[in-house]
Amino acid sequence: MTKRILTRLGTSVLVLWGAVTVSFTALHLTPGNVVDVLIGSSIVTPEVRAQIIADYGLDRPLPVQYATYLGRVLRGDLGQSYQLHESVATAIGTQLGPSLQLAGATLLVTVVVSTTLALLTARRRRWIRGLSSGLELVGVSIPTFWAAILLLTVFSFQLGWFPAVGADGWSGLVLPVIATSIPITTMLTQLMRESLELTLEEPFVLTARSRGMSDLGVRLRHALRHALVPAVTLLGWVVGLLVGSMVAVEQIFSRQGIGQLTLAAVTGKDLPVVMGVVLVTAVLYVVVNIVIDLLYLVIDPRLRSAA
Amino acid sequence: MSVPVVEVADLHVSFGPVAAVRGVSLAVHPGECVALVGESGSGKSVTARTLLGLTGEQAEVSATRLRIEGLDASGFSERQWRSVRGRRIGFVLQDALVSLDSLRPVGKEIAETLRLHRAVPRDAVRGRVLELLTEVGVPEPERRARQYPHELSGGLRQRALIASAIACHPRLLIADEPTTALDVTVQAQILRLLGERKRAGTALLLISHDLAVVAELADRILVMKDGVVVESGPAQRVLREPEHPYTRGLLAAIPTAAAKGARLSDPAAPPLRRAPAGEVVIEARDLARSFRGHRAVDGVSFELRAGETLGIVGESGSGKTTTARLVLGLLAPDRGSVAIDGQPWAGLTPRRRRELRRHIQVVYQDPLSSFDPRFTVRRILAEALDVGGRPRGEAVRLLEQVGLDAGVLDRRPLRLSGGQRQRVAIARALAPRPRVIVCDEPVSALDVSIQAQVLDLLAELQAELGVAYLFISHHLGVVQHVSDRVLVMKDGRVVESGDVHQVLTAPTAAYTRELLAAVPQLDTTASLVRRAS
Repeated sequence: MTKRILTRLGTSVLVLWGAVTVSFTALHLTPGNVVDVLIGSSIVTPEVRAQIIADYGLDRPLPVQYATYLGRVLRGDLGQSYQLHESVATAIGTQLGPSLQLAGATLLVTVVVSTTLALLTARRRRWIRGLSSGLELVGVSIPTFWAAILLLTVFSFQLGWFPAVGADGWSGLVLPVIATSIPITTMLTQLMRESLELTLEEPFVLTARSRGMSDLGVRLRHALRHALVPAVTLLGWVVGLLVGSMVAVEQIFSRQGIGQLTLAAVTGKDLPVVMGVVLVTAVLYVVVNIVIDLLYLVIDPRLRSAA
Repeated sequence: MSVPVVEVADLHVSFGPVAAVRGVSLAVHPGECVALVGESGSGKSVTARTLLGLTGEQAEVSATRLRIEGLDASGFSERQWRSVRGRRIGFVLQDALVSLDSLRPVGKEIAETLRLHRAVPRDAVRGRVLELLTEVGVPEPERRARQYPHELSGGLRQRALIASAIACHPRLLIADEPTTALDVTVQAQILRLLGERKRAGTALLLISHDLAVVAELADRILVMKDGVVVESGPAQRVLREPEHPYTRGLLAAIPTAAAKGARLSDPAAPPLRRAPAGEVVIEARDLARSFRGHRAVDGVSFELRAGETLGIVGESGSGKTTTARLVLGLLAPDRGSVAIDGQPWAGLTPRRRRELRRHIQVVYQDPLSSFDPRFTVRRILAEALDVGGRPRGEAVRLLEQVGLDAGVLDRRPLRLSGGQRQRVAIARALAPRPRVIVCDEPVSALDVSIQAQVLDLLAELQAELGVAYLFISHHLGVVQHVSDRVLVMKDGRVVESGDVHQVLTAPTAAYTRELLAAVPQLDTTASLVRRAS
């Protein structure tokens, strides 16, 4: 068991190292002088240029530059944004909070809503399932940005129920969370209902019923846990999707966050920030996947003894 | 006479246009064992589920009388049914590996029955679970209660499942194929356990496709076919003087030594003439193979000649299947060698190995999982014919050989019955004109009557084509019926080998005697329960 966890952590470190190497390579493959690439579209004094060359060791051979870069990332120094006039770590740090809030709330809503829907609709009468899967098809097909604009128009501009701008307080979170969670929730609902329906066919479900257990009891106590295994697998992919939707949703609702930061950095050619975001996203992925692996072990005891 | 625990009269159950049960009447009294015997699809399981109100929403149930412990159950609400299930009637399904929740410890599963019916105070549940496990003969109950189904052996799992069914002391225990998928010795133990419940006064409704299994326990037997009870009466009468031809067929289908050479599915037909054994087609010498330090096969040697059948018998984990895989060249031995037609597997190029594979084919227990579900029968056979370099048009001839007509060519495996699937599997094995077919538990998943037809088919093909069989089974009766010689395996070693008649009538090894004692006997009155205790 310990050995397996250590191997898992070891491969995670390798993934992160790969991400650092890819950003370093990208920096050097971008056409133009590396200093100009790092500065992007802003104008700096010759002193700053000299400082950049010293920081990145650009006057030294490539392997030394690589080692310098690796060393700095290891110390948590992601460099300086010459457009924002602050360190990349600070820039990301201040924007991370609102984004995590949005992502966390979305994930929570998604899991709760789709579990409930799946439990209620699995193996029910034909029209209930038909209605549910029809709505799901619509939900999966709606692009996030379109849902966001629609929600904004109706509930902010016309009805005035929720603020149109800003990320302060819970009321500012409602519409962005709904917009982000629609496609994810519908997809997760479909998956969970399907696996619940398969599970409810299993002989152990009949055994549970023959003990006198109610239908709801069977679903909650027995079938749900079996349906969670594929759902957890999907969660890893959902987190990736969230990072992507964040860009559009934060833009539309004028929220602060990593999505806005990334968009601004890409359009302004602020490479240090882009590289920083890439690394933070890589860390996020690695952490999420470790959590998923641990969740598997919690859900399915057969995987524990397989170690 | 006492009040029956359950009583049904003129029961009809239909699912849409399909009438699954038509006019069944039965009653089970305390301390009595009634057996429902029939093939899959005969309506026996549906009948049993009606007694628990578990036929499902699509089912239409009607009966002139449906009483549970004297109460009229025909108008029971779901809530009333729930109070019956587990408390008044316990239910045991086959194969505890899938009939217990694989994600929960078995102790929790047993506790569930107790908690649902509040049978004991909350703080006494744990203690009662351990008592129950002890009662059904599970050693070290504390440790076992914390384990998951996959960590227990087949026998212990089945005991735990029974414990969860009897937790609230139900007056009736329904056991639906409780010993199918179990080894003979384990089967004997489970039947003994059920016998103990019966003697303790529990009524028992035993459901099986195999008359031999119920023979030891049943007081009365009901034989079902197509939703109708075709024969019923005291067990001894039904077993010894069956009146209905269908019952007679079921009895004749049970493979025994006495039936050797005869056709099981048609006892009146003349016995087959068999060609004498030919040259050696498989020679296995001193085979050994370990998995992570565990010796799966250790020092197995044998030879098999053309037109001959060698049986390998043993329980789960005895190394039978590993031996088969070594012989098939799918696994390399740590020690020893296998030669097919004088050609050893070792040292062959991949290309030569593929050529040699044509001569040795295999038929598995569950053809459904060894067929690509998206392939039609035509494509399954075409692939096998290509391997043998034969024209694809011969598929029809192959199907004729195994007793199927061209009508099944465009069907997919899921649309075939179990017997048809196994026939297609045999046709596929025959396609490249092999010298040997390895049969790994080929009839274990089949009902007795279908098993008889498949065994007959194998015997006919052998007489016609002179193919040799390496026949692996845990079922002694089957091995005895088909084999010329037999190897008895235990823990990876051959404990006894020789002429099948000699080994199975005058065994020298203690283990062989133990295996034989566990086989349910039809023709003796000596009860299995008595013999085992």
